[in-house]
Amino acid sequence: MLKIEDLKVAYGGIQALKGINLEVEEGKIVALIGANGAGKSTTLRSIVGLVKPYSGSITYHGEDLSKIKTKDMVRKGITLVPEGRRVFGNLTVLENLKIGAFYRKDEKEIKKDLEWIYTLFPRLKERTWQQAGTLSGGEQQMLAVGRALMSRPKLLMMDEPSLGLAPLIVKEIFNIIQQIHKEGVTILLIEQNANVSLKVAHQAYVMETGKITLQGTGKELLTNEDVKKAYLGESVHG
Amino acid sequence: MKIRNTILTLVSIALLAAFIWYADSNFDSYKIRILNLCAIYTILALSMNLINGFTGLLSLGHAGFMAVGAYTTALLTMSETAKQQNFFLKPIVAPLATITLPFLPALLIGGVLSAFVAFLIGAPTLRLRGDYLAIATLGFSEIIRIVFTNTQNITNGPLGLKSIPNNTNLWWTFGLALVTLILIKSLIDSSYGKALKAIREDEVAAESMGINLFQHKLIAFIIGAFFAAIGGGLLGSLIGAINPIMFRFILTFNVLLIVVMGGMGSITGSVISAFAVTAGLEYLRVLDESINLGFVTIKGIPGLRMVVFAGLLMVVVIFFKNGLMGTKEFSWDKLINFFTSKKRFKKKEVGQ
Repeated sequence: MLKIEDLKVAYGGIQALKGINLEVEEGKIVALIGANGAGKSTTLRSIVGLVKPYSGSITYHGEDLSKIKTKDMVRKGITLVPEGRRVFGNLTVLENLKIGAFYRKDEKEIKKDLEWIYTLFPRLKERTWQQAGTLSGGEQQMLAVGRALMSRPKLLMMDEPSLGLAPLIVKEIFNIIQQIHKEGVTILLIEQNANVSLKVAHQAYVMETGKITLQGTGKELLTNEDVKKAYLGESVHG
Repeated sequence: MKIRNTILTLVSIALLAAFIWYADSNFDSYKIRILNLCAIYTILALSMNLINGFTGLLSLGHAGFMAVGAYTTALLTMSETAKQQNFFLKPIVAPLATITLPFLPALLIGGVLSAFVAFLIGAPTLRLRGDYLAIATLGFSEIIRIVFTNTQNITNGPLGLKSIPNNTNLWWTFGLALVTLILIKSLIDSSYGKALKAIREDEVAAESMGINLFQHKLIAFIIGAFFAAIGGGLLGSLIGAINPIMFRFILTFNVLLIVVMGGMGSITGSVISAFAVTAGLEYLRVLDESINLGFVTIKGIPGLRMVVFAGLLMVVVIFFKNGLMGTKEFSWDKLINFFTSKKRFKKKEVGQ
């Protein structure tokens, strides 16, 4: 559904992306992993139109994404869970979720989705009236995911959902990602945490300094010697 | 519950009306004037809170919008002879010389004109953020003032306008303050209001939720400017004379002070603070006069009230970091809960 072809981006004179090809097939979890500065976030920023690539194309269901404004992406079914969660700190959990459904007008369906999100994240239900800024990091990440889901995305893009979270919470978040996927949402996962993301991904890409160096199914990459050395260390067997 | 709250609201509006009716005929002109000022500052604070508190745009152009409102209202309500007396240096331009409108249409035209100016100024400047927007809007407000100083045949320049008909009374000021309150409250509670708050909290996240940043900011700015002009029009008509010097940036800061003290993002806070600041500054006047404590007499020091007032402000800032109300709002449910919570607690104990 999302196809990136020969994407090149430069900041000033420095090339951040040196021509990457990537495809997200409908109904799959696709992971893009890599170290800091590999160009993962730049890739994401060019998809949502925050950065202008100087060559290459990004198409969504055959439509050129560079012609669509960031605010209209939600209407097309593309939603981003931004890095660092970025919940609306002074608003309540409920208000946060409602803003997620901002462009939708179908009140009944919105209510249904709210219930769905509360069953996905029972912890959010307990904290409906609490200010989002007072939630713990894990809860804020849950809220960010829940808020994105309120827009009924077809393609959910997540930027580092495991950032700064305890291992147990990371596990919980990734369980929920799989659950969301079962509901029919395609997921593009941008992660540094190669171990967990490769375990859930159907298709995965490894990025290094602006290039895609490896690609394959999640399982393939999980057992790949290069990946093991560079990203997984010994913990893969643990 | 909803019906109960509506009834309570209607009852309190009726009580307010009864109070105004009583005050209108029994209070002396000094007290009536303070009450009028309180209500006008409420309108100004609410309109600024919409822009600065709820949308998070640091705009300092309020005095400019008020000037537009005050001058429009004054010029449209003054009689032909009054205008001739005012414009003795240069005659007033042709169509304005003969137009005399009733008060309300004049106020509304002032508001619409100010909203239009806000649209013109907002379209380029609302792309700026934080300090840059503050500087741009501050500059705009000064430009308005200087333009008004130099358009002798429209605004009478630095001479200002005198003998503006005193249409303002308690009914107008409190009535319009109430209308402003209700309109801004319903705007904040709508999905527009949610979008405005989302923009205040995080622009990137708001945009990725599909909120059109620019459009929402512009709407908040325009509505704020509209009500600022209404407040300005009322103020001009209350005082009876206006000149460009009145609309210096210090006026903007007076309103900003009320908003910050009440709490950025709280309608309740703005109302309370508008009344407290306006009335407080008046009642502290005793400090300026000599005080006889019986055993010692303190000689009056003019300006002492401003010192004390500044001290009080600092206390508020130190102990209420987010203003008196923060982002909290008054609601009937909360008030009733506050009085009945003890009882409910007891019931629970019995139940267990």
